[in-house]
Amino acid sequence: MNNRHIYLLAAALTVISVTLFLYKSRVLGFPLAPQEQRQVWNVEAAVTFEPGPAAVKATLRIPSLTPGFAILDENFVSRGFGLSTRFAPDGREAQWAVRQANGPQTLYYRALIYQDPKRIVEDTTPPFPAPPELDEPSKIALDGLIGDVRRQSADVASFTVELLRRINQGENDPYVSLFLEKRATPAERAELATIFLAGAQIPARVAHGIALRDQAGTVRPDVLLEVHDGVEWLYFDPVTLQQGLPSDFFIWWRGDEGIADLEGASQLDVTLAIRPSLFDAMLIAERRAEQADSHSADFSLFTLPIATQSVYAVLLMIPVGALVIVLLRNFVGVKTFGTFMPVLVALAFRETRLIWGFALFAVIVSLGLLIRFYLEKLRLLLVPRLTVVLTVVVLLMAGISVISQKLDLQPGLSIALFPMVIISMTIERMSIVWEERGASEAIQEGIGSLLVAALAYLVMGILWLEHLVFVFPELLLLVVVATLLVGRYTGYRLLELRRFRAFAKTADP
Amino acid sequence: MWSRYRSLADEGVLGLNRRNGDYILKFNPRRLFPLVDDKLKTKRLALKAGIAVPELYGVIETQRDIRRLPEIVSNHEDFALKPAHGSAGDGIIVISGRSAHRYRTISGTLLAEEDIAHHLSNAINGQFSLGGVQDVVIVEAMVRFSNLFERVSYQGVPDVRVIVFRGIPVMAMVRLPTRTSSGKANLHQGAVGAGIDLASGVTLDGVVGSDIVTHHPDTSHAIAGLKIPEWETILDISARCYEITGLGYIGVDIVLDRDRGPLVLELNARPGLAIQIANRQGLLRRLQICEQRGDFNADTATRLDFAKREFKHPVGPMLDPKRIAA
Repeated sequence: MNNRHIYLLAAALTVISVTLFLYKSRVLGFPLAPQEQRQVWNVEAAVTFEPGPAAVKATLRIPSLTPGFAILDENFVSRGFGLSTRFAPDGREAQWAVRQANGPQTLYYRALIYQDPKRIVEDTTPPFPAPPELDEPSKIALDGLIGDVRRQSADVASFTVELLRRINQGENDPYVSLFLEKRATPAERAELATIFLAGAQIPARVAHGIALRDQAGTVRPDVLLEVHDGVEWLYFDPVTLQQGLPSDFFIWWRGDEGIADLEGASQLDVTLAIRPSLFDAMLIAERRAEQADSHSADFSLFTLPIATQSVYAVLLMIPVGALVIVLLRNFVGVKTFGTFMPVLVALAFRETRLIWGFALFAVIVSLGLLIRFYLEKLRLLLVPRLTVVLTVVVLLMAGISVISQKLDLQPGLSIALFPMVIISMTIERMSIVWEERGASEAIQEGIGSLLVAALAYLVMGILWLEHLVFVFPELLLLVVVATLLVGRYTGYRLLELRRFRAFAKTADP
Repeated sequence: MWSRYRSLADEGVLGLNRRNGDYILKFNPRRLFPLVDDKLKTKRLALKAGIAVPELYGVIETQRDIRRLPEIVSNHEDFALKPAHGSAGDGIIVISGRSAHRYRTISGTLLAEEDIAHHLSNAINGQFSLGGVQDVVIVEAMVRFSNLFERVSYQGVPDVRVIVFRGIPVMAMVRLPTRTSSGKANLHQGAVGAGIDLASGVTLDGVVGSDIVTHHPDTSHAIAGLKIPEWETILDISARCYEITGLGYIGVDIVLDRDRGPLVLELNARPGLAIQIANRQGLLRRLQICEQRGDFNADTATRLDFAKREFKHPVGPMLDPKRIAA
C-alpha cells in the first residue's frame, strides 16, 4: 500500500464529494448557511359573489406556467363547494361547484411562490396561429396595417413594438381606429395586438399577472403581451412598450378572458392580495429537486422523521470531532484516556455547555476516583468493581441533578447525556495510571482529555458546520480524505519537538 | 519551531508517526503480535530456540489457580509475578523473600497473602493487559543482576534494551531503576536510560526524561564508561529474536543474571523512542543505513559485524558536553 494509492483514493473521494456538493448547492440551491431564508410571497385570490337560486359554478384561472417563479405550495379554501382543477388550453383552472348556496360566498385560492430564474425557458414553442376571422373591411384594414408595420420593422420584436405603438395611438391611426373603441384598457389593447399578430402569423397571447412588491396588500392585475419569435417568448408592456419580463412580474393567467367566470351567480368580485414573507431555503431547495426529478433530495436526510433528523444532526458531527482528535493526537501528540472518549464527552458538553460540563466532569471523575480507591481496599474482582463504579457514577449524576434542581441550577439537569459507561472506564483507567505512574501523570492525562474534549466540543458546536454536514453529508468524505492523509503523515509531532529537544542544534539553550 | 523540526530531521530522529507508519505497520505483521504480546508465548519460543530466559516456575491461569501460588513457589525463596499481557512493566511484582505468611517485595514492602491474591485476581481479569482481556500470570525466577550494575541502580533489575531491525541490532541502551521509578526499569516512570556503543558495549551518559545525567540520581555513581559483560552474547541473542518471531522491528529486553548470564525478559513489537535520547542518536538514520547497505538475509554473525561496523562511531555528531551541562 504505497502513498500514491492513498493520494489517488483521496483525490477520487475529493472529486466525488465536491461534485455532489456543488451540484446540490449550485444547481438545486441547497442553502450553505443554517436557517437561510428565502423571500417568498403568499398570493391569494378571493372570489366573492352572490349566488343565484340554482346551482352555482365558479371558475378561477390559476397560475400554471410562471416564468421566473415557482409554486411551493397551494391550497383552496371553499367550504361546502366541490372543487376540481383542470388544464384548459390557456392554463390551469379551478372550478368550484355547489347545488345550492345561501348568502354571499367567498372562495379562496392561496399559493406560496418564490423566485426561480431557471423557470423562464420552460414554455414550449406554440403552433402558428389561425388567421383571425374578420369581415371584409376589417380584413383589408388588417392587411394594410400589417403591411405598414412590417415595412417599419426588422424582426418580431420591432414588429410588435411598432404595432403596439400604433395601437396606443389608436384614435389617430386610420386602420386601428376601426378596431378600437376609445379609452380601451391595456388588456383590450393587448388583446387587439394578438389579433393583429395572428394575422401576421406570429403566435401571441395576453398574460395577466401581478407585480410582487415588498409590501403586503391588495394588487391589481397588469397585462403583458407575450409574443413568440420562433425561438422564445418575448414580453412587452402594451402601454409603455418596454420589452422584457420584469423580474417581479408573476404571470397568473393567460388569454382574453377575465380571471374568473361565474355561472348561476352574480356580483363577481375577485381580489388579489400578496404578502411577502421569509421561508426556509431548505424546503424550497427540496421542492426544486423534486421538480428537477433529482433523486438527491429523495435520499436526503430531510426525508427522515424529525426526531431521527435531530439525532443525525448530532451523529454526523462525530466524525468531525474525531478528526479533531486525530489532528491533536497525530500532529500535536496529546495523550488522552481512550481514543474517542473525548468525542463522547464533547457530545455531553453540548447539553451542559462548556463550563458546567467541565465542572460536572471534574466532580464526577474525582468522586468516582475516591470511590475507586476505596473499592481497591475491598479487593473486588475487576468486572464487579467496574460495575460498582458505574452504579456510583449513575447515582452521582442523579444526585447532582436533584441538588441542582433544589438550588434552581438549570444546567445540572442536562447531565443525562453524560456518557456514564465511558466515564466509569475513564475512572478505572485513571486510577490504574494513578497507581502505576503516579498522580501527576494521571491528572495530566485527565486534563489533556478534558482539553481535547473541550476543543472537539467547540468545533462540533459550530452551527454552520453542523448545517453543512447535515445538508451535504458527502462533505464527510472530505473528513475521510483528511484522515487518510494524516494517516500517512510520518513527520514529527509537535510535542516530539519538545521531547527530542536535546537533538536540536539551533534550539535555544 | 520549523528550524527545530528541521534539525530533528537532520539528526535522523525517528518520530512516533514514522515509527508506526513506516516501520511497525510495514515490518511487524499484526498476526505475529501475539508472539510478543504474550510473555508466556515469547518465553516458550525462546526456550525452543535455545535462548536463555528466566526459569518458569508456573502459570496462574484461573482464579482457582491463585491458591496454588504457595505450592508453585514452595521451593523458591524469591520469584517474580508477571501478567503475560502486561505492558510497560505494569502489574509486575518481584518478591525477594518471605517472613512467615508474608511476602517481601524487592522494595521492602511486606505483602500479605491476600494482597498478592487480590493482585493476581486483578491481573487475571485483565487489569494490566491491553484492552482488559483475560490474562494469565507467569511465576518465574527472580533475576539476580550482576554486581556491575549494583552501583548504578536503585533496587529493581536493570535491563538492556536492543532495537533490532530485520535481524540487525541498530541501537541499545541500559535502563537503570531509580527511586522515582520505584525500582522499575521503565523510562516513563523515571528510570535512567543510558546509551550503549554497539561495537564495544560501553555505556554512554544517561538521561532521565529528556534531561541528560552523568551520575545515577540515587547512588551518585558515574553512568558512562561501564562495559556491559557478555556483550557479544547479548547482541547475538537480540539478533536471533528476529528469527524466532519474524517481527522486523522489535525491542529486545535482556537482563544480566549473575549466574546464568544474559536472559531474554520480553520482546516488544512497539518499542519506545526514548532510546534515541539515551544515545543522542537518531534511530531513523541508522534504520536508513540498514535499508541502504544492510544484508538482511545474511547469517547472524555477518549481521552483527555489519551493526558493529556501521554503528561503532557515532553516525551523527555527539552533543557538545558543555551544552549537556547547561
